[in-house]
Amino acid sequence: MLTTPLNDEHVSLGATFTDFGGWNMPVRYGSDLDEHHAVRNSAGLFDISHMGELHVVGAEATKFLDSILVSDISKLSIGQAKYTIICSKDGGIIDDLIVYKMDPEDYLIVANASNRHAVLVAMQDMADYGFKVDIFDETEDWALVAIQGPKAKDILGKLVDTDLTELKYYSIAKANLDGVPVLLARTGYTGEDGFEIYIPVLESASIWRKLLATGGKDLLPCGLAARDTLRLEAGMPLYGHELNRTLTPFEANLGRIVAFDKGEFNSKTELLKASGQKLETKLFGVRGEGKRAARADYEIFLPGGESSIGKITSGVLSPTLGYPIAMAYLKADLDLTPGSKLEADVRGTRVPYEIVKLPFYKAER
Amino acid sequence: MANPENLQYTKEHEWVLVAGDVATVGITQYAADALGEIVYVDLPKPGSSTSYMKICGEIESTKSVGELYAPMDGEVIESNSALGNAPEAINQDPYGAGWLIKIKYTQLPELLTAAEYAALTGE
Repeated sequence: MLTTPLNDEHVSLGATFTDFGGWNMPVRYGSDLDEHHAVRNSAGLFDISHMGELHVVGAEATKFLDSILVSDISKLSIGQAKYTIICSKDGGIIDDLIVYKMDPEDYLIVANASNRHAVLVAMQDMADYGFKVDIFDETEDWALVAIQGPKAKDILGKLVDTDLTELKYYSIAKANLDGVPVLLARTGYTGEDGFEIYIPVLESASIWRKLLATGGKDLLPCGLAARDTLRLEAGMPLYGHELNRTLTPFEANLGRIVAFDKGEFNSKTELLKASGQKLETKLFGVRGEGKRAARADYEIFLPGGESSIGKITSGVLSPTLGYPIAMAYLKADLDLTPGSKLEADVRGTRVPYEIVKLPFYKAER
Repeated sequence: MANPENLQYTKEHEWVLVAGDVATVGITQYAADALGEIVYVDLPKPGSSTSYMKICGEIESTKSVGELYAPMDGEVIESNSALGNAPEAINQDPYGAGWLIKIKYTQLPELLTAAEYAALTGE
């Protein structure tokens, strides 16, 4: 199993570990609820070095990315980040990604740990058509940590030589953090303001410690358990749950990021077809009552209905909201709208659920 | 972590404290830690009967659902109602405030000692 450059830090902090996408990752350090609430109310620090970093450089880097990603990459300005998707030729989602434009011919692409090789293979196949581009897998050259929460900016601000107010949401810049050159991106996966910091491996442990020391009681190290409940409250999809190869961006409510007007790209024909057809299933947000949460793979029914209308893909008792929330793929032809009543089968018992608007939780900014 | 010597244990990670014909039952620190932060418990109601190693309740954390196995045949005489509002007591004090149910047992099966249970969990 792969370990991140911060593994020893997690061990000394008493973390519980799990295998995630082939990486030995911290699930929690103490209470995952405390970690969750720290991010909503103060700040949390995550090691997300398992994420894949792919570097795409070359005279045709922009043209190349436009040929394989669904978004219009040519519209990005230097320092801008974009949430996008890479689809296979048949329109299925290979991964969701963040693309950062570093320089005119230089892009950093962040992929999910479990999809890093699939993305690399898809890109290499496309590059073989003769694009003037080089693709480097730099995953193991970087440590990636995320500092997230309303106090993230103040804590990080004490250690960097740049004005963080100037770094807008979904942008990236070079900076020195405690004297170490890093990349700072104002992105995240928690629904809170925050930053993701790309740190050279050798300096990563000292910066991790420095951040924790600077944050003091306002900053808690957070594991993947809290990361999952935070992203779910924020209505953000997780590959393998809400996204997979058999789904197109339209079913996943991500049709808005497909740029059909940008020219040709690998999945355009199939996605155009999909966008013109009625969807069979669609991703919805649902909520329950009480404290008993329906979880991934539980079936959803219309009230009293005999046959399932779909399945939950992620579900949890929301730590922030106090009631069960879930995302579910449900039949798209049932006129389901916020307030529509449903039932979830929770291990043999039908419990009331209803459709709600996504996201479940939105931070005040 | 130390498993209290005065308690007996099951392979399903429950502890049992026998006093007269009543056994108090909870889950071990090992089980509570493995589940993560507990957010909801569904316990059998007083008056319901229990059968040895049959599921009689559920313990949910943010990440998973654990099943509570009845460690013996008998009748539930009390369940810990304080856990309804404070299920985290199971994580914080599994052998004390985090107790789950009291069973008036009809037959006491063979249970594990603290040392035997420690060997089972590899500690």
